[in-house]
Amino acid sequence: MAHSSHGRPERSAPPEIFYSEQEARKYTSNSRMIEIQSHLSERAIELLRLPDDQPCFILDIGCGSGLSGECLTDQGHYWVGIDISQPMLDVAVEREIECDLILGDMGFGMPFKAGTFDGAISISALQWLCNADKKFHNPPKRLYQFFSTLYASLSRGARAIFQLYPENSAQLELITHQAMKAGFTGGLVIDFPNSTKAKKIFLCLFAGGASQQLPKGLGTETTIERKNQISFTEKRERVKQIRGSKNPKGSKNWILEKKERRRRQGKEVRADTKYTGRKRKPVF
Amino acid sequence: MKLLTHNMLTSKIIKGVQQGYPLGITATKVDVKEVDFNPDFVSRMIPKLDWPALCKAAEDVGHSAELPKEVVPEYETNEEFLKKAHHVLLQVEVIEGNLVCPESGRKFPVNNGIPNMLLNEDEV
Repeated sequence: MAHSSHGRPERSAPPEIFYSEQEARKYTSNSRMIEIQSHLSERAIELLRLPDDQPCFILDIGCGSGLSGECLTDQGHYWVGIDISQPMLDVAVEREIECDLILGDMGFGMPFKAGTFDGAISISALQWLCNADKKFHNPPKRLYQFFSTLYASLSRGARAIFQLYPENSAQLELITHQAMKAGFTGGLVIDFPNSTKAKKIFLCLFAGGASQQLPKGLGTETTIERKNQISFTEKRERVKQIRGSKNPKGSKNWILEKKERRRRQGKEVRADTKYTGRKRKPVF
Repeated sequence: MKLLTHNMLTSKIIKGVQQGYPLGITATKVDVKEVDFNPDFVSRMIPKLDWPALCKAAEDVGHSAELPKEVVPEYETNEEFLKKAHHVLLQVEVIEGNLVCPESGRKFPVNNGIPNMLLNEDEV
């Protein structure tokens, strides 16, 4: 479930009310929303690291209208979706998605037999669980119930990937703490940490099995390179500050610096060549 | 809801229910849909299945005639067996009806092929 442009949807109403028929329609008609959703799903599936040659059985938590599941079907996997919004599921049925759907609440737990799934994905759904929408809701308890039943329903060594929009670090800590308490290992993978817009947070959890290494986020390679050189650049920066000069706007260094900055934000940038920032011949 | 999903569903999320498996089916509308046959997937799923529960479910929806009562040895290479399993697992769908918890008798309605697993406040 992607963000609408009006800020945080989980502040406006509980999910079963927010994802009304009208909101559900957007997920079939709004091409931008569809694009964001499938982009996130593809990255989540990549992080799942499923074996290429065999079809897997995947759980999609907060499947909505089945956009993320469609990416799974495209890759030859089978899935079961669970969501709390009836209108979203009705849209999924209308779109004739190839797998099964269940109307359920994450906070009640996952109603599956032990060891059922080879993996689980969830796109922008987990943050809903941090709200207490009903009087008897207790977010830490609901999170624990969710994670512990999910852990049981995954096969050993399976991964669960959650893309989420945490409101603040306390919320993120609440979620990861309950996940670890339920037995999961793993942690956060952050794509494009230097960009406010392209930044995406994935909670990458492993259900037992041999210890696995956390995958690297996208757009972090250049920052690591920079870290290795930091003692040198810091010195240079200080010297520059004393002189009180930045690269003058339009100069070759200024262009290179700007390109580097945009590269770190994960934007499309032309490669640096000998022509970059070179003066043109005077034209009459 | 396909019988594959039914074979994985439990009602143990209800407070006080220990196993909650297998769920009974009372179907008022059952459909058969064409699904592409994928022998790899079916043979991968067979060890995960509870075969007696699948037989019972197939009987409940009236599609048990073809299904063997037991898993045959070397099922991976037995295409005839896999095709029969594929039909029951992925092509037979419960559209309307109820799932019944074997311990508490709680009914989960199935509407438009979607089982409703939502609980009430006192069942959590």
